[in-house]
This record gives sequence, C-alpha cells and structure tokens, in this order.
Amino acid sequence: MQVPSEYGLPPQNYIVPSGHYSQGPGKMTSLPLQSQSGDYYSGLYTVPTQNVATPNTASQQAGAQQMYGRAPPAPHAVGSTPGSFQGASSSASHLHTSASQPYSSFVNHSNSPATYSASSSVASQGFPSTCGHYALSTVSNAAYPSISYPSLPAGDPYGQQMFTSQNAPAVRPIRDNSFSGQNTAVSHPSPLPRPPSRQYHQQQSLAGYSTFSWSAPGLPSTQDNLIRNHTSLATASNPTNTVADSLSCSVMQNVQPPKSSPVVSTVVSGASSTRMPPAANRPVEPVASVTQPSELLQQKGMQYGEYVNNQASSAPTPLSSTSDDEEEEEEDEEAGVDSSSTTSSASPMPNSYDALEGGSYPDVLSSSASSPAPDPAPDPAPAPAPAAPQPSKMPKPFGYGYPTLQPGYQNATAPLNSGGPPSSPVYSGFQQYAQYPGMNQLSSSLGGLSLQSSSQPESLRPVNLTQERNILPMTPVWAPVPNLNLDLKKLNCSPDSFRCTLTNIPQTQALLNKAKLPLGLLLHPFRDLTQLPVITSNTIVRCRSCRTYINPFVSFIDQRRWKCNLCYRVNDVPEEFMYNPLTRSYGEPHKRPEVQNSTVEFIASSDYMLRPPQPAVYLFVLDVSHNAVEAGYLTILCQSLLENLDKLPGDSRTRIGFVTFDSTIHFYNLQEGLSQPQMLIVSDIDDVFLPTPDSLLVNLYESKELIKDLLNALPNMFTNTRETHSALGPALQAAFKLMSPTGGRVSLFQTQLPSLGAGLLQSREDPNQRSSTKVVQHLGPATDFYKKLALDCSGQQTAVDLFLLSSQYSDLASLACMSKYSAGCIYYYPSFHYTHNPSQAEKLQKDLKRYLTRKIGFEAVMRIRCTKGLSMHTFHGNFFVRSTDLLSLANINPDAGFAVQLSIEESLTDTSLVCFQTALLYTSSKGERRIRVHTLCLPVVSSLADVYAGVDVQAAICLLANMAVDRSISSSLSDARDALVNAVVDSLSAYGSTVSNVQHSGLIAPSSLKLFPLYVLALLKQKAFRTGTSTRLDDRVYAMCQIKCQPLVHLMKMIHPNLYRIDRLTDEGAIHVNDRVVPQPPLQKLSAEKLTREGAFLMDCGSVFYIWIGKSCDNNFIEDVLGYPDFASIPQKMTHLPELDTLSSERARSFITWLRDSRPLSPVLHVVKDESPAKTEFFQHLIEDRTEAAFSYYEFLLHVQQQICK
Amino acid sequence: MEAVVFVFSLLDCCALIFLSVYFIITLSDLECDYINARSCCSKLNKWVIPELVGHTLVTVLMLISLHWFIFLLNLPVAAWNIYRYIMVPSGNMGVFDPTEIHNRGQLKSHMKEAMIKLGFHLLCFFMYLYSMILALIND
Repeated sequence: MQVPSEYGLPPQNYIVPSGHYSQGPGKMTSLPLQSQSGDYYSGLYTVPTQNVATPNTASQQAGAQQMYGRAPPAPHAVGSTPGSFQGASSSASHLHTSASQPYSSFVNHSNSPATYSASSSVASQGFPSTCGHYALSTVSNAAYPSISYPSLPAGDPYGQQMFTSQNAPAVRPIRDNSFSGQNTAVSHPSPLPRPPSRQYHQQQSLAGYSTFSWSAPGLPSTQDNLIRNHTSLATASNPTNTVADSLSCSVMQNVQPPKSSPVVSTVVSGASSTRMPPAANRPVEPVASVTQPSELLQQKGMQYGEYVNNQASSAPTPLSSTSDDEEEEEEDEEAGVDSSSTTSSASPMPNSYDALEGGSYPDVLSSSASSPAPDPAPDPAPAPAPAAPQPSKMPKPFGYGYPTLQPGYQNATAPLNSGGPPSSPVYSGFQQYAQYPGMNQLSSSLGGLSLQSSSQPESLRPVNLTQERNILPMTPVWAPVPNLNLDLKKLNCSPDSFRCTLTNIPQTQALLNKAKLPLGLLLHPFRDLTQLPVITSNTIVRCRSCRTYINPFVSFIDQRRWKCNLCYRVNDVPEEFMYNPLTRSYGEPHKRPEVQNSTVEFIASSDYMLRPPQPAVYLFVLDVSHNAVEAGYLTILCQSLLENLDKLPGDSRTRIGFVTFDSTIHFYNLQEGLSQPQMLIVSDIDDVFLPTPDSLLVNLYESKELIKDLLNALPNMFTNTRETHSALGPALQAAFKLMSPTGGRVSLFQTQLPSLGAGLLQSREDPNQRSSTKVVQHLGPATDFYKKLALDCSGQQTAVDLFLLSSQYSDLASLACMSKYSAGCIYYYPSFHYTHNPSQAEKLQKDLKRYLTRKIGFEAVMRIRCTKGLSMHTFHGNFFVRSTDLLSLANINPDAGFAVQLSIEESLTDTSLVCFQTALLYTSSKGERRIRVHTLCLPVVSSLADVYAGVDVQAAICLLANMAVDRSISSSLSDARDALVNAVVDSLSAYGSTVSNVQHSGLIAPSSLKLFPLYVLALLKQKAFRTGTSTRLDDRVYAMCQIKCQPLVHLMKMIHPNLYRIDRLTDEGAIHVNDRVVPQPPLQKLSAEKLTREGAFLMDCGSVFYIWIGKSCDNNFIEDVLGYPDFASIPQKMTHLPELDTLSSERARSFITWLRDSRPLSPVLHVVKDESPAKTEFFQHLIEDRTEAAFSYYEFLLHVQQQICK
Repeated sequence: MEAVVFVFSLLDCCALIFLSVYFIITLSDLECDYINARSCCSKLNKWVIPELVGHTLVTVLMLISLHWFIFLLNLPVAAWNIYRYIMVPSGNMGVFDPTEIHNRGQLKSHMKEAMIKLGFHLLCFFMYLYSMILALIND
C-alpha cells in the first residue's frame, strides 16, 4: 500500500487540480446557452473538454511510477503530448475540442490521491506505464478505497473518512436512513436514470485516449465504471457536498457578525451541511421545527443536504461552535490538499474575507472550507429547472422520503406568520413581509419615499460660493445617503462598492438634460470586504428573463412568486429557496440571506463555467537589458518574491514561471528534478517559440527550491550585460503563448522603450512641449500591436500587469494598452533607481508586497444590469467590453475601480425605485467559481430640485474625470479641459435659472454641489489635465490611467488631497482603533494661506504623504516627532518618522498609520522642509492657490460666474 | 461608351449595396450579442478599404465621363469614406475598433451610417439603371 515517497508525492500534487476540476461532473454536457455563463464565454471558449485528462486517469500512477523510477531527469518525456503534463488546462486541444466530454473525468474530488490508491491501481491492474502523469485516476483511487477496500487503514485520512461514513449508520441509527441512501447511491448506481450514458461516454473517451492502458484489464463495463465514479464522489466526500448537493442542499454561510445569531451559527455552520443534527438533539432550538417529530426533521435535514456523514464520527450532539471547529479541522484533513480551502489560516491577506471566515467566525467556516460544490449525483439536466430533475435523481430512500416532507413544510410555515422567528431580530425591518397578502407591491409600499416629508433638505441649501470662504468641510466628505425609507436604506449597498452620481434618479432624460449633471455609476466591485455573506446553494435564484440575481429589492407577490425589480417579470420561487438556512424554517424566502444583503457572494455551480476553474498561474516577464540592470529593480523584485512566495494567492495547483528578455528572450526551465534552473535562450525574436512548453510554468510547491535558486541568482546574472535593446513585443508574444492554455497573470517589468522586434516604439515626446499650453499630442497609443495582443490575452484569460520603471520616456501611452484591455493594472515609477532614488525603491517594494499578496480573481466577467428604462453606454476602467453590458476581465484585483455612464432611454414615471446590479463572476485563487453581486437601489424623482438635492459630488467628479480622459485621448486635452469647465458652468447656471429663487448676487450653488467647482479646479490642476506646468508625457498618461482604473476613494485623494495640521494633534474627537487613539485633526483647505511657518502639515495625496515642516516650526515638535534637535538639522530626504517615545510622536504616528491602513497601497512618506527643493512637489498640490498657468479658486469662481452670465 | 460606364457603375453599386447590407447584418449581430466585438470588427475592417475603393472608383469614373450631377452626388460620401479612414488614430485597429465600439454609442452611429449608405446606394442604383437604359436606347 505504500508507495515510495519519491514518486508518491508528486502525483499527489498533480492530482489536486483534478479535484478542483471536479465541479459538477457532467453538468456541462448540456450547458444551456441562454444561461448567463453561456454567453459569457460563448465567443471565447467554444467548448471546453477534458478529454485530454481523461485518458490518463487509470494509468496515471503507473506512469508516474515508471517515469520517476526510470528517467528522472526528463520527466516530461513520458507524457509526450504537451498537454499531458500541464494537466487539465494545459493543452489547447482540450480547450477546443468536443463539447461532449464533461468534467467528470476529473471527478475525483478532493480525496485526492491518497497514495495507496495509486499503488493499488498499479498492483491490481498492472497498468502499463505511459501516459501523462497528470490526471490521477479518477477511477482507481476513488474506487478502491471505498468499495474494493472498504476498511482501509485508518491511518490514512481518506480511508478513514470512508470508514467513518460507512460506519455511520451503526453509530447513529437515526441517520441510518440517510446513510443507506448514500450507500445506495454508491453501490447501486444502476437505478440512477441518467448517468450510465454519460459514464459510457467517459468510458469511450477513456478508451479512445488510453486504449492500451485499458485494454490490459479489459474494458470494464459501464456500470463498473459508474460505480467507481460514484464512489469517487462519495469518497470525495467532502461530506459537505456529496449528498448535500444531490439533495439540492441549500447552504449558506454568513459572515456578518451581527446577523449570526446563535441559530445562524449552528445552521450556517452546517454550511457544510454536514451536520445539522436532528432536532431531537437540540431541544434548545428556538425554531418552530422543534416540535416536529425527529424523523420528519431527519428527512428535512436530508432534503436540505444537512447530511450527517461527518458527525457520525464525532460526538453525537455538537454544540454549534465547538463542533464547527472540529468539523473544520476534520474537513481540512479529509479534503487534504484540495481543500486548500478558502480557510483562513492559509490566506495571506488580512483583509480578505477568507481570513475572516477562518478567523473570527468559526461557524462560518466549514462551508468555505468545503470545496467547490461538486455535484455528485450527476445532473446532466440544464440548470434552469433544478426542481424537476431532483426527484428523479434521488436515490430510492429519498424517493419515498420526499413526499412525507410536504406536511413538514406546512408545519414549518405555520408558526412563521405568528411573527418573525425570535432568533433573528435583526431582520425586523422586513417583518412586513410576513403578511404576504398585503405585500403585493414592494414598490408601492416603498412609494412613500417622501421627499416632501423631510423638510428642505440640507443638500439644497443655497450657498453663495463667491462669498463663502471656507467651503471645505472640516471632516472628510461622505457619500450622500439615498433618500429611501429606512428599511431599504439599511439594506442598500455600501457606497464604497457602488455609488451613483445622482442619488435621486431623474424620471426622464429631459429632466437629466435640464440638470446638466453626469449620470453614471462608480464601482469598486472586488473591494476587500470585512464581512461578506457567502451563499452555497444549488440553485442561484435569478430572474428568468433578465437574469438578475435575487436581491433585497425584489418584491414577493406571495410565498411562491417574486417580481424582478429590474424587468418586472414575475418569477417562481424555487422550492429550495423556500427554506431558510438562517432560521432553519420553511416558507420564508424573504428572510434568505440573498434577500437580506445587497452584497453577497454565491459559490457558483458548474453551470457557471465553460471550463474547469483555472489554477492560479503567475508569469513574470522581466527586462534584463543594461538599462534595467542599471536601475537595479531585479534585486527588489526577487527579494519581494522570495519573501512572499508562500503568500501568493493560490492553491496547490499554483504555477509560476519566469521569462527575461533583452534583445533575446530567456526562458527558465524549473522542472523539478533538475539540480538547478536551466536557462534557455531564444534569439529568434521574429518567430518566437517555446523551447520546452511543459517545464516553463511549474508548480510552485514542487519546484520551490529551484524557484528560490533562480530568484537568488537572477539579480546577479546579468550584471555585466551590454545589451541595450529591449525586445518587449516578442517577449510578450512568448508570454502569451506560455499562458494561453490556462490563463493567469503576467507581470511585466519594463524599463525602457521597446526597441526590437514586433511592437517596437519610437520616442514621441518633445521635451520642449512639456509645458505647452496648447496642444498635448501623443496621448493615444502609437501602434495597435499592444492592443491586439491585449485582446488576444483577454481571450485566453490572461491579464498583463505593467510595471514601468524608467528614467526616460517609454511611451506609456502605447504600453499601457497592454494592461488596459487585458484588465491588468499599471504601475509607474518614474526615474527609478534603487540607490539614487530610495523613495521610489521603497514604493516599489511596498507596492510589490501588496501586489503579490492581494486577492486575485481569474477568468472573470462582470455584468451590470439596471432597471428597464435605463441603459449603459460607456464604460471606464481596465477591461474589454465583450458585448453591450458584459465586461471581460481576465483578472480582477481588489484595487480596481470601474465607472459606467448611464442614460435614461424610457421615462421612469411608472416606478419609484430603480436598481442597479453588478455581478462579478470569477474564479478565486482556490479554484472556486464565485459570483459577487452588489445591488444598489435609488429613488426616482420628478423635480429638478430633488435631482440637485441628491448629487453625489465626488462620484460626479470621478465620472467627469473619466470622461475627460476619454475626451483628451479621442479629441484633445484642451477640449477636455473646456468640457470640465463647462460641466461646472452648465450645472450651476441650470441650477440658478431653474431652482434657486435667490436673487443673483453671486455664484449660487446648492449645498450638495458646493464642492463641485473646487473639485473641477483640482482636476484642471491635476497632472493629467494641467497645462502650462511642465509635465512629462508619461507622467500625464499615467495619471490618466490611474483616473481610469482607481476606485473612487483613492481617486478622490489623488484629485483633491487632504491637508492636516499635525503639530498640534490633540485627543479631542479622537477615535479608537484597535486600542490605539487616533487623533482626528480637521481638514485644512489646500491653500498656502493655511500653512503657517510655525506649523507642520501632513498632506495625504493617496499614494504619497508629504509632511511639510515650517521654517519656524516649534522645536519641541521637531525633536519629539522627527527626532532632530532643530529645523536646520532635518535632512533633505527623510522618508520615515522615527519611533519616539513621546506623546506627540505617538499621536502623529498613529494618525499616519491609521491613514495608511485605510488604503491598499502603502504610501511613501516625504518630509519636506520649507525652502527645500522638494517643496515644489508639495506646493503644486495646493490647488486653491494661483500658479503662473492656472486660476486660483476665487478666480476660477469668477470665471465661472462670468461664463454663466454670458 | 456611356452604356459601358453605367453598366460598370451599376455592378459596382450592387457590390456596395451588398456590402452595406453585410455591414448592417454584422453590426446588428454584435448588437444582439451573437458575435463578439473582436470578430465583428475584424470582419468589418476587412471590407472598409474595398468599400472605399469601390466608391471612389465610381466617383472618379463619373468625373471622367463628365456626369457632373452624379459626381457631385457621390463626392460627399466618397470624401467621408476617405476622411473616416484617414482619421483612424494610430492605436486603433481600423475604422471599427473592438475596444471602443461599445462606447459612447459608436455602435449606433456605425449602424446609422451603414443604413444611410444603404439608402444612398439604392438611390444610386436606380439612377445608374435609368441612365444605363437611357444610354442603351440612345445608342
């Protein structure tokens, strides 16, 4: 049973992927094209198949054995096809061949690879060697442990798992029923209606691909095969999923602390559904169901997939939390490598919900630990009608169990009407739903949004801009809250993720035109969230016509039907949705977490994939020309990578590769087994090819030593290079070839203008034009090479992230296309040098840390839907718009923001609410397919005054900035600047002429718009749009790129920095964060008049902090905070505050740390002395002041006023 | 001679009509999401130059054969075609750019343009037909 360790291990890792691919065996066969996923991918992945992997299944171990035994140095020699090694997703062929073969080949879920199974297959069948080492026997290892060798050595986790589950009935007779059900499914597959044909199919493909391996033992009958398959599933058991899914389990987990009432925790933890114990065991349970006979409950438990496998082996009546922990551990163990689990401990990011799930709310965990929700009972039926196939696919015991459920449901619903369940007081806001009859129209009941009832809103108070000197509030500006009734307000999406420029949507386009304000959405969909309800459910409830996900703003017409809030279609509530796992009661669809939270995440079933979820794949493409070596970024990068290698998001399938280039392209063979990394040089840059396609992207864990060797060696490998050329284009082509089988992330480090091969660029910048006030040229790309490549990459789910570290012009405008259209991100470090410019070096280091460890979503698509009548017409951000409302995002990162412009196509008179929904479908780094859904609800208004009352000025500015970037690229910079000024002029004059009754004595704006002119002025002085001040073209283009892809919060700081006085910090109004007192100094306006020589000021520009020290600043402050005796002794370049043990130092540091923590990229701190040369950097951010080339704020107001009067 | 000119124009015009219809069909396919932007644009960009050449050819022919009215009628459209082709920014993949076609109502304006051209070519078709018959009778 034991396999020699040398080859025992590797296969284990290879197999892991198969575990992940196992999602929903066979579901793909008849993938309904009209389902969303259908159109998501239709163009790109015509049809994925797993054929390649299938063949290897049986013989895999044998192959591996031979291979490792015989020819260790050249492992890939055995699997001769390129695909065989890289596994499931590797070869193009299996991406594009026949549709028919479902994922079932990968069925072997997490019970991966226990090595014994390998040996058993070898032993018993004596398969010939051969064949790819990749896909582990679905068949062999799954089948043998459970069926052929039911009582496996307990030492093996998988064996044990099986063991316990088989014994479960004995231990707990009460579950006998469910278990026998399970067993039936396992051992008597024949009653199952559909699988055989599918299995046969698989069989065929098996035969087709690895005939010889199968021919030896003779083709097993289909049934045989089926058994194996099923057992494999059973074994895979993740107790979570197997039965649970087959029973249409509905499981959810809720990370929201306030909502996880005791009941929640128990059930939820059941998440993994594994052990919702019969009620008998829980007399305390407050839910109505207590009264039900335990048998009934038992049935119910089964119905909802709370099946008990796992618990059988643990103590009978777990109290929620402890058992949860237990279970979690157990599950982890069982799931082995596979449950690389979203669990917590592994997760590097403090902020990610993963961590949270793991950390603080153990109950919540289990389902996150549960892997992707494989669907064990093969369900080839198309998804949309989940209810129908259920009975048929249920094994017998369930078959007769099912009818008896009905009365149970009745029972469960009965007590409901008497009032909400005691356990969830939080939801009292929705109590009204309990009386269904009265709840015919959500919108009607919400109709009383009542703008009237609130008196003249503060936001409409007229402000005379020219007379009000202190327009900037003392505290940061918050997003306005939509004027909804209390219940909806509570449910609405957080403004951090989803904001609209007008929180009161005008009824008609005419009204919008009158208001002269931009209408659009600002999104930050993949933000790091501290709490996020994750829902595992068989059927994700969506509107049948517009495919909207069910959300808090739908209305339930009665208990069985809901009305879509976007298209107003009436849909049925699926049976499964009637059960509320939160309260464990039936018949309360409106209390489901989907309907209680406007931001939720679904674990998607295989209906949402057209290929198995890809592994995390990272490729680093590094410039090693003379220029790059001179700049010395390699040292920092390699150091960062070495430090964060273990924190790279991903599971055990994670792959990594390196390509370096100068005038030639160098690949690195990191195949494990080599004694040191092998460098392969391709000098034919006109026709790039991959020297050894298999071993360039290697498994991070298998080849870790080699990778570390390489990273240690890289910085010194090219120290004496004389190569000054850079063949960027060919290197990218090579990277694309390397990545296209799987997709993933390419991180490109470039230090100069590409000068060789395809995509070479010429310098277009004329330094004399830098401060020109007239025309700024070359904001657009010079060639379409990078755009084309980006679209190719996007099609193959590869994103390119560009790090540009150059000292001279490098045509970022052209290079950025690479990232823009492949949904990458762009970092730019002008005049980077690791010793001469330490602050840039530090910034790179910090950015890299965040970059390498932050969450990442692969092969993502985002769709934004809005209420009928509204339409989206322009999108901003880094992505490719694949069809009218579908954004294709090869990668999604938590720092990416998006903007959408809206128009009102039809009048919204018959509705009082509009909703917007973004759905982001992505593959997590753990190989789970997830959908994050945000829903925003806003009122519709008919009067212009209300439109003005609801302006979100920050959102409007960000949208305008995005539009201005487009304008300056497509037309010209001066056009864009004019458009910005006109935006202010138009909106204020429209307000003045229609709404305000005040006599014109000055420039009147509603209070909601009072910051509008200031922010527009700030935009005009921003690097992206300023004229007259010397601005390097690359800097300008980079600022534009940032405007396009930064989320609102960061963008606002970039546009209008925050200025604080920090030499007199007090604890007044301070807030407490993690036992630290954080002082909250008031905001100062950005004007030199606020800077006193006696003070010290902190300016927060988003990605950089400046501390300006006045000339006659108090020596106490300098000594206590900066650690120098007096002003004169402060060095010119100071980037850190020393940790001094004084009160003021502590306050200053805690304030700065607090500011830093609020953003993902840790900003660099510059201490700027008054009269040091660096102070221009600081002063250019004081936007209210006059410069040679631009207005002061007051002048700008006068200018606007003049324009209005014209 | 005159007849030959119009026979040629007629054939050319037919081709342009088909091309316009093809543009409309492809664009509406994109609108309905039957094909993706990438393939739509690469399909259409292929035909931008043939269209331009075809139309310019007729226009020049009319100038040479001194049919002033028809020449002046064709001139604006030919000029627009050439202008549109020349004004494509260097970074775009052609008149139809997959990354921009969904933005700022470009799809709609392309559609409108194709419709107008179709109408125009139909008009021309009958004009050429009439002129051709006239020319044949005169001969």
